[in-house]
Amino acid sequence: MSSNSNHDAYWKANLKLMGVLLAIWFFVSYVCGILLVEQLNQIQFAGFKLGFWMAQQGSLYVFLVLIWVYVRGMNKLDKKFDVEE
Amino acid sequence: MELKTLTIIVVVLSFVLYIGIAIWSKARSTGDFYVAGKGVNPIANGMATAADWMSAASFISMAGIIAFAGYDASVYLMGWTGGYVLLALLLAPYLRKFGKFTVPQFIGDRYYSRTARIVAVVCLIIISFTYVAGQMRGVGIVFSRFLEVEILTGLIIGMGIVFFYAVLGGMKGITYTQVAQYCVLIFAYMVPAIFISLQATGNPIPQLAFGSEMSGEGMYLLTKLDDVVQSLGFTTYTDGSKSTIDMFFITAALMVGTAGLPHVIVRFFTVPKVADARKSAFWALLFISILYTTAPAVGALGRMNLIETIQPGEVGTPTGNLQYSEKPDWFATWEKTGLLTFEDKNGDGRIQYYNDKNEAFQANAASYGWQGNELKVDRDIMVLANPEIAQLPNWVIALIAAGGIAAALSTAAGLLLVISAAISHDLVKGVFAPHISEKKELMVGRIAAAFAILVAGYMGYNPPGFVAQVVALAFGLAASSLFPAILMGIFSKKANKTGAIAGMVVGIVFTLAYIYYFKGMHPELNNAEHWWFGISPEGIGTLGMILNFSVAFVVSKATAPPPAEIQALVESIRVPKATT
Repeated sequence: MSSNSNHDAYWKANLKLMGVLLAIWFFVSYVCGILLVEQLNQIQFAGFKLGFWMAQQGSLYVFLVLIWVYVRGMNKLDKKFDVEE
Repeated sequence: MELKTLTIIVVVLSFVLYIGIAIWSKARSTGDFYVAGKGVNPIANGMATAADWMSAASFISMAGIIAFAGYDASVYLMGWTGGYVLLALLLAPYLRKFGKFTVPQFIGDRYYSRTARIVAVVCLIIISFTYVAGQMRGVGIVFSRFLEVEILTGLIIGMGIVFFYAVLGGMKGITYTQVAQYCVLIFAYMVPAIFISLQATGNPIPQLAFGSEMSGEGMYLLTKLDDVVQSLGFTTYTDGSKSTIDMFFITAALMVGTAGLPHVIVRFFTVPKVADARKSAFWALLFISILYTTAPAVGALGRMNLIETIQPGEVGTPTGNLQYSEKPDWFATWEKTGLLTFEDKNGDGRIQYYNDKNEAFQANAASYGWQGNELKVDRDIMVLANPEIAQLPNWVIALIAAGGIAAALSTAAGLLLVISAAISHDLVKGVFAPHISEKKELMVGRIAAAFAILVAGYMGYNPPGFVAQVVALAFGLAASSLFPAILMGIFSKKANKTGAIAGMVVGIVFTLAYIYYFKGMHPELNNAEHWWFGISPEGIGTLGMILNFSVAFVVSKATAPPPAEIQALVESIRVPKATT
């Protein structure tokens, strides 16, 4: 059952990558955009209050980056564990 | 050329394009009809997903909602985009690997149960019909506003077009028309947005104009907007009035709901490979974000434009407000449609626009001689009137009409397809007549699609008051029913049939009951004082989801684990490579 242990390792690596990305996902939207929005609004950059910008612009950009990193990361894992379709 | 003629020409041209595409991509097999033969390029699928996703509400109403709600509207911006992270990481690749046609089919196979499949079909139909009624209504409204026809006529034309390409082309026809519809709607959205950004701030990129200084004033747009709305008694634009817990729960319900909407999920069944499903989620979010990051800029600029027009002088001075007889042309145009209404309450011949519900501000207003807010503004005007406020040529206005119709049609078609697939593939083929031939199943699918269009059209024309309000609540229903069942189906080998069924039933019944109690039975009690934990009906889907997960977990523990072949199925969908 060597393929099974390989699959388990692949799955673990996947979960780890996913966990990190979802933690960032939670942080930029729920923490920066909602829970700490008032504190972050004390910081001003260009014409924006930071908390408001995170909620209406910043978190959206981060979401895009997260999916991009996931796509790249998983393509690498697929190759590394030889599980490409 | 006269605006109406031009609008008709542009809209008819766009229809010719959609119908041409439908004929070119006619579905020949059930695979074509349900999942476009699994041959869609991931970038094209990203565009189709974006069009599928962005409805008339995103196109016409969202910027207006943001304009009047300010920070509070962030729930929609984060909620309707953050869901794609969940889709890409948690659902899309695995469901694509599973490689079948529908969401209920996955639930039925994974939970080795026909009952689970039927429960999923019922959830899917409740979710999709709530959603589609609003879309058909949107089609009717766009037609009636731009082409000055009755809502019913508009609705029938819209139904006819969707009927043609959804019934004939199935998923394949829908996919390629959606690609075209995305191009039409994004172009129509961006052109006026770029021009009003340029005019107001000198920066043509709306996302940057949003944080720029107003031309010739040396003051940031948002700082000025905060000051101005405050001086008129409104909530500061960049601060909210919703409670933190409600913001949190609504955002979560929208995010999870987005990931659980069947018509979005099935889009990822149409690409050739697992890696394409992941890639496609990226493209979908990119195409969606172009509109979603522009909308807050359009909202802020629109609100600013409106206030500066009405209140050109200092607040409270006798000549600070616009004289009604000097109103700009666009004001008069939109007054005719009823989207703007003026009532001179204090008889001074000038327009006062302020927040007369703010008790603390009432003394100020009285000292200015104001006797109530005199201007009613429909939020949709922020997008619809933009080209005129920016003094853009008529063809841009015509484009907005085509864009709004494209947004509504593309979403309606996607929804109708998942409804028909649930009926023909999950109910007829899956339960009642397993031995039906492919040709017959395709025929049943087409009949089901036609029937669904009629029902949706009827609901769009004659919306039960309740349904009209709950379109946004479809997300809570999806979050509390399908999402947990699918997620556990992938990430837990222990989740079993009894657990999944109990979880879905508890989740959707709880969420429906809570929404119905506050929106249907006792709208007078629908406020933070009476809500559980201060969670509004819009956010309750999150609690429904937590209930679903908890019930499924406990029941799965207490009953027999899934059979070995199901655990092997779970293992196999976790890995892209085919295991034989």
